[in-house]
Amino acid sequence: MPEQQQRSMIEIKNVTRSYGAFKALDDASLTIREGEFFSLLGPSGCGKTTLLRMIAGFDNPTSGSISVGGQPMEGIPANRRPTNMVFQSYAIFPHLNVEQNVAYGLKRLKLQGGEEKRRVEEALAQVSLTGLGKRLATELSGGQRQRVALARALVMRPKVLLLDEPLSALDKKLREQMQVELRRLQQAVGITFVLVTHDQYEALAMSDRIAVMFGGRIAQVASPKEIYQRPVTRQVADFLGGMNFVKAQIVEESGASLVVDTLGFGRIKTDKPKAFVRNGGGATLGIRPERLRVLWDNATAKFEVAGKVVERHYFGEITHLIVEIPGLEKPLSVTETNDFGADDIPVGTSIRLAYDPEALVAMAD
Amino acid sequence: MTAAAEGSPPLRMTRARRNALLQSEPVQGLALISPTFIYALILLVLPILVVIAHSFWTQHYLTIDRTFTLENYRVALTEPIYRDLLWRSLYISLTVSLLTVLLAYPIAYFISFHGGRHKSLWLFLITIPFWTSYLLRVMSWKVILGYNGVLNSGLMGLGIIDEPSTALLYNSSAVIITLTHAWAAFAILPIFVSLEKVDRTLVEAATDLGDGPLRSFLRVTLPLSAPGVISAALIVMIPTVGDYVTPKLVGGKDGVMIANAIQAQFGKASNWPLGAALSVTTMLIVTLMAGATVLIIRAVQRLAR
Repeated sequence: MPEQQQRSMIEIKNVTRSYGAFKALDDASLTIREGEFFSLLGPSGCGKTTLLRMIAGFDNPTSGSISVGGQPMEGIPANRRPTNMVFQSYAIFPHLNVEQNVAYGLKRLKLQGGEEKRRVEEALAQVSLTGLGKRLATELSGGQRQRVALARALVMRPKVLLLDEPLSALDKKLREQMQVELRRLQQAVGITFVLVTHDQYEALAMSDRIAVMFGGRIAQVASPKEIYQRPVTRQVADFLGGMNFVKAQIVEESGASLVVDTLGFGRIKTDKPKAFVRNGGGATLGIRPERLRVLWDNATAKFEVAGKVVERHYFGEITHLIVEIPGLEKPLSVTETNDFGADDIPVGTSIRLAYDPEALVAMAD
Repeated sequence: MTAAAEGSPPLRMTRARRNALLQSEPVQGLALISPTFIYALILLVLPILVVIAHSFWTQHYLTIDRTFTLENYRVALTEPIYRDLLWRSLYISLTVSLLTVLLAYPIAYFISFHGGRHKSLWLFLITIPFWTSYLLRVMSWKVILGYNGVLNSGLMGLGIIDEPSTALLYNSSAVIITLTHAWAAFAILPIFVSLEKVDRTLVEAATDLGDGPLRSFLRVTLPLSAPGVISAALIVMIPTVGDYVTPKLVGGKDGVMIANAIQAQFGKASNWPLGAALSVTTMLIVTLMAGATVLIIRAVQRLAR
């Protein structure tokens, strides 16, 4: 697999899509590798669906180029591209039953000797729908429709499977179950999956790599862990969950690192993000709420800050504490699991928080 | 006192029950349709019953013999003239509905898929012919198709024909042309509505699965718009079988239809029972034909999968 993953499957070069003065996609460049689960993540209107539809052939770039499997896609209509799509609404043909839906694309290939039937059954088995072939689309639940859409696309054995927010219509529990199943399926079939989603947890849980997009531009492309832990901009950090932002003064700047002074956390040496643009002497650092730990009783840590609990929010397995730190303009948000009694800390208590300086990352505003 | 006390609880119960009954959905629904229903009952069902009754009676000059007989039906079904008229009416109405649907479908498709922001404007334009009376529209076809009509002068002006053609007016083709034009809007609207309901992502999905524009149309759009096609065909077919004005005005001798014969029996010939038998026969045949059309379109739809 690792060797295979080096080969690129989709090349997106300087793609722009404008509607009049509005740019849905602005000079986006991206390489998606063969056999990887790639997610396009961003808020609505960020251009992620536009990009997916251009890969599928339902839309064309105003400028720039897209190639799939080394073949330039310019001028190739959607019905002749080596891609297949799972639509957000699933687009199950209502006048056909499950089997006929899955066999839809195969009919045209005129397969010989029961090959069509075999492939349909194989695809239905892949999505655990064996035995439901004769059901009408109208008799299926949301999760089942989703599986039919998946089988219908997979049965075509595309080079790339495109998924347009496939889980957004499912309830939370089913969604989480399908995330695991989709990931498992992708690893079993080895096809390149490109997923469009606005749900950061979905992207983090399923992808090999994620591209985070805002306003038609790609902000960062990296593995889920890196995107979460080392977001390059404040926007990316914010979109991927809670983040405490801390203002800092730059003391020293070298090629790859920064030394900064903060009010609450003292002097910190940190990696310099790629997109970092020095804006006077100031910088922004961020630390995730779960990277701050409450120090109980007399416990000590090498790095700690002291403050006072001003708010407490209970979430079942975790508690959110809002802690005011003298010198910091905004109180810190701290996530603590409830196994040690964080849910019993009264508001107004003075506490100390431990942190790892490595968890404080510098980012562009 | 006691009597009232004993009497009031059941009374209150019935009132409560009556209120509940009045507020129930089926009762409210019936209340809503009952004026129309009664109106239809008096003006549609009763006349039909009268007609059916007449069809089993016999006309003796000025009086009607009310003994039961099937003689009128024998005449209606076996007399060559009525058989021919019936066949011609069926042929004309089937041809008209087929042509109308074939011509209306592309228009409805265009408005629905390419109408953009101007859909309602297009639909509005289609209703414009209805601003004038039907008689005027038929008369204008007479002007177009007539001996010295627009079409003949045009063709002569272009040198395609040397003398005016008499083949254009006063035959069944003239009736077909006029009816097809007259009923176009009634076919466009139901087809348009059913095309509007076709989810556009289904067409995209078909394209994504490898279908070109024609294939995706035949495999997705057309089968999903079949309900509109069925209603369009029926809306045109059922009334055109019994059309009376159009054949009278543009049909001439060769374009006479069954309704003209029925009118003659109730009018000049003054043989109500025979006219009634012809009406009932026509009604039954139209019902069968409408049912057959639905079944045929459904079967084609199933085959196309």
